[in-house]
Amino acid sequence: MKVEQISIFIENKFGRLAEVTKTLGEAGANIRALSLADTSDFGILRLIVDKTDLAKTTLKEQGFTVNKTEVVAVEVPDRPLGLCGILQILDEGRVNVEYMYAFVERCGENAVIIFRFDDPEEAIRVLTENKVKVLKGERVYSM
Amino acid sequence: MSETRIDMKSVDGRGRIWDPARECLSRPGIEDLQLARLRSTLERVGDNVPCYQAKFREAGITSADIRSLDDLARLPFTTKEDLRLNYPYGMFAVPLREVVRIHSSSGTTGKPTVVGYTRNDLRTWTELVARFMTAAGVTEDDIVHIAFGYGLFTGAFGLHYGAERIGASVIPMSSGNTDKQLMIMQDYRSTALVCTPSYAMTLADRLEKAGIDPEDLALRFGLFGAEPWSEEMRKELEKRLGLVATDNYGLSEVMGPGVAGECLSRCGMHIPEDHFIPEIIDPETGRALGPGSVGELVLTSLTKEAFPMIRYRTRDITRLHYEPCDCGRTHVRMEKTMGRSDDMLIIKGVNVFPTQIEEVLFQEEGCEPHYQLIVDRQGTMDTLEVQVEVGEHIFFDEMKMQRAFIDRLEKRLLATLGVGARIKLVEPSSMPRHEGKAQRVIDRRKL
Repeated sequence: MKVEQISIFIENKFGRLAEVTKTLGEAGANIRALSLADTSDFGILRLIVDKTDLAKTTLKEQGFTVNKTEVVAVEVPDRPLGLCGILQILDEGRVNVEYMYAFVERCGENAVIIFRFDDPEEAIRVLTENKVKVLKGERVYSM
Repeated sequence: MSETRIDMKSVDGRGRIWDPARECLSRPGIEDLQLARLRSTLERVGDNVPCYQAKFREAGITSADIRSLDDLARLPFTTKEDLRLNYPYGMFAVPLREVVRIHSSSGTTGKPTVVGYTRNDLRTWTELVARFMTAAGVTEDDIVHIAFGYGLFTGAFGLHYGAERIGASVIPMSSGNTDKQLMIMQDYRSTALVCTPSYAMTLADRLEKAGIDPEDLALRFGLFGAEPWSEEMRKELEKRLGLVATDNYGLSEVMGPGVAGECLSRCGMHIPEDHFIPEIIDPETGRALGPGSVGELVLTSLTKEAFPMIRYRTRDITRLHYEPCDCGRTHVRMEKTMGRSDDMLIIKGVNVFPTQIEEVLFQEEGCEPHYQLIVDRQGTMDTLEVQVEVGEHIFFDEMKMQRAFIDRLEKRLLATLGVGARIKLVEPSSMPRHEGKAQRVIDRRKL
């Protein structure tokens, strides 16, 4: 039920983001979702791509520092209080959200949010128990 | 202008001399005294310090072989590495019960260098500091404001006791808290400022910001040391603080401040030759160089009891002048240091070795050996940035963990170095890879 995400260390200097996307593009990997956390010195770019292993290898060959992490893709009703309801479920289930970001594409009537949890197994259990739909990796990569 | 201010034109160029009998000794008189004291020092270390016993044995030399000062060059050198191997008390020539004071300075690795003083050593140190402070213009009428940090480093205590010996009023201000420094300087009417030249510059900046005219202060003299500084900086400090600035030199391994100090003629720092023999060597070959040559300063102590030093390699590059000085003192003068023959950095007056930083980095699991130190000066204060290449093991995809990693390293560096450093994470391969030795240090300061 988990989705693979790659994180890339990026120095805060001119042209680095372009370099990452160019490398991925030339390797034929397509970005499905992304988020960038940054400080004045550096940033952490997190990506969901259609070909995770290819993307990771290619970026490493280009000298980037890349790690693979597991995140959870959750379907969220695309209406006011939609996300709020999911967060309340997680709250009551005592699961911590480390960070999250939205998917560009919709899945049918619903939005998709990528979550990084402190305890992903427990998060998936709490969510499915509460009838929240958690997306499989293959589904997400091909969206 | 305050009534305590002196007009430099009215100062007798020769100024006062603290101990004329010794400071103006004839050259033959100095050399006779040096030889006698050298031989007795060699006997003491030969009897009491295993490290020297081994060194002399290896060189096939005994104290009896030293018949003239020229024979000094036959003795082996002592290095910071020797001090490291004998940490903490192995180089002491007296039992600890005779040691009344302990100081320390940076070592090349995690462990510092430990030095000790007997009661006589403290007396000598105090006298030698009184000599150079007098040479720099300080008298019993002065109010001496000491803005060196009081603690394990020798700077503050050395100057403190020397100034008291002269009979000046000493304010043991210690370092930091610049606004309070200014208030005390104004209210207590400090007349002599003792600190690093870069901190003096910080004080000058703050004065300017606060709109205080240096003419309204009582400052007459600035005794600046513990780090290299230029003639341009001297001119600027004199103008901005309204004082006469002199340089002084010392290193804890040899004694601390008082190993050399400028007189008001300001043409080099006098080394008290009745207590130390200076030599200049070629740092590559170790060969002694003739008078007037530029090379590494090597010092031998002649009177120290607890921590005698035989041919200690200071790693400071300078030149010695034996011609008589206008001030009347006969002791040799050393020029401002021109650099180092090793990779030691002086940051905010604190000695820092790149190997210390490497040790801290390597304690962190997964830290790769690719790092670079960027030393700069922002305004008047030195800054140290440690750039670390980020490999997979020290890259976290959560920002709070990445920040925690940086904080942890910064705290450890502060604890180890005694001076703050900023960690900057950089992408792999950011640093130039060299054949052989990597360029670890980029010093952008213009001193």
